[in-house]
Amino acid sequence: MHTNLLRWSLWSGVVVALCLSTSSYAQLTTNQLQQWLNSPAASSHVGKATGNVHAAALPYRRYCVGCHGELGDGNGENAVWFSTPMYAQPRNFQLAIFKCRSTPTGTLPTDQDLYDSIGRGFDRSNMPSWNQLTKQDRVDLVAWIKHFSPRWQTEKAGTPIQIPPEPQVTPERVKAGQAVFAKMQCYKCHGVQGMANGPSATTLTDDLGQPIWAFNFTDGSRPKCGTTDTDIYRIFMTGLDGTPMPSFADNIKPDEAWDLVFYLRSLQPRNSYNAKERQIANQLGLKPVDPNAAPAQ
Amino acid sequence: MKPQRNHGLAAILATLVLVGLGALMISQSAIAAGDGKISGTVKLDGTAPHMKGIDMSKDPWCVKQNSADPAHLQLVEVGKNNGLENVVLYISEGLSAEAASAKPTAVPVFNQKNCMYTPHVLAMDAGQDFKVETSDQTAHNIHPNPNPLAGNIPWNQSQPPGAPAIVKSWKVAEMIPVKCNIHPWMSGWFIVVKGPYATTNEDGSYTIENVPPGSYTVSAWQETYGTQTQKVTVAAGAAATADFSFKAK
Repeated sequence: MHTNLLRWSLWSGVVVALCLSTSSYAQLTTNQLQQWLNSPAASSHVGKATGNVHAAALPYRRYCVGCHGELGDGNGENAVWFSTPMYAQPRNFQLAIFKCRSTPTGTLPTDQDLYDSIGRGFDRSNMPSWNQLTKQDRVDLVAWIKHFSPRWQTEKAGTPIQIPPEPQVTPERVKAGQAVFAKMQCYKCHGVQGMANGPSATTLTDDLGQPIWAFNFTDGSRPKCGTTDTDIYRIFMTGLDGTPMPSFADNIKPDEAWDLVFYLRSLQPRNSYNAKERQIANQLGLKPVDPNAAPAQ
Repeated sequence: MKPQRNHGLAAILATLVLVGLGALMISQSAIAAGDGKISGTVKLDGTAPHMKGIDMSKDPWCVKQNSADPAHLQLVEVGKNNGLENVVLYISEGLSAEAASAKPTAVPVFNQKNCMYTPHVLAMDAGQDFKVETSDQTAHNIHPNPNPLAGNIPWNQSQPPGAPAIVKSWKVAEMIPVKCNIHPWMSGWFIVVKGPYATTNEDGSYTIENVPPGSYTVSAWQETYGTQTQKVTVAAGAAATADFSFKAK
């Protein structure tokens, strides 16, 4: 009887010790997250709305945790089904590397950027638009996303790039835009007609080494970071961090950037938003750029 | 009982102050005595592995530039007398906080030339400015991929022909791979260390300058074979030697 008791207590001790040792890593991370949850960084401001990080616990658990995971590391229980190449893994919020930013490459996005991404969703990915959530829910979720990464504890969001007012579309601008397309050699990945079939298109990988497509302008896809002229301007000037798409901020002047937007519009299928650009391109009889032509100086 | 304890505390404090002052004096005298250096050679033990040629057919301009002297992978670069090139040597242990945080004023340059990186491995101090340039008539994007949770944040910038140099620095020590997504064969390294460093020449020789006297652990990093360490003592104003040898695999 006495020895039985001793044996039982020994075994239970071993079991408890094993449980403790296996759960210690997760425990530590959860503790850390708890600390960051209560830090000033876990906050958000979008327009006049202020996020309440604690109110986001429920919507995050209901709508986001399945893919992005309890710890925000993109390892939710559904993540294993994201195995199709070309479909990005759920974002790992711990790294805080985001495609859609109004801020320079290598900097954290603004609260507005994160809010816009939640509402917009990502075309050609498993991330839907969450516009059906209330605005307050989405603002709260921005604060929640920010508690997952140590980066928000030490870094501030970058300063959004300046975008001058959009000028009128003119034939000169569409033509100049094509010259920018040629000079920046966008065709290396996006192809001379914007069909995502440039020579480098097939070997592109994201920062995690997963295959990734260049954007195809001609198949009616929506750009991942927004569909307005301003969104397109922002995409190539800030770059999509975590992907092969670099920032061109140092190499394209603001005025030229609008020219490039107009030219890119002319590559897209006919729609209400690009009727003018397409008409101009047709009238000009624009031919696709020739990669073998002598570079225009 | 109580006064006794206070005496004890005072004694401990006094000892700490004395030790602190002593350490300060030692470090002061070290700087006054003049810096030494660590030099040596890094060699490959065995036959150099074959480095595959690079297919640049994605970009005709790159093919043309390399037609006379076809480029090959640079994972192991062996020169005269089996010297290993592109090995970074740095002090991994033993530097005073002061010596570790001193930043060199030189600005190392990483150039994109003939669709390859020159040099293939660029060493630098944490916080030291470095420059990324392009000599090429084809567009590159320069895309270092450090671990953002360790303190260095990845970025990705284009450099079309004639683009101005990009000047950057890294916050903390890390071995950072860098690549060009347009030309997938282009891959190099930013090796960020704390304190003085050197990179081996074509013959495998190196000299780490400006090393204050002291006992150190010197590390030699090679991208394929990893890191080796060695203990070294540098006397004031003198040169210490540390030779390394990596086994060919």
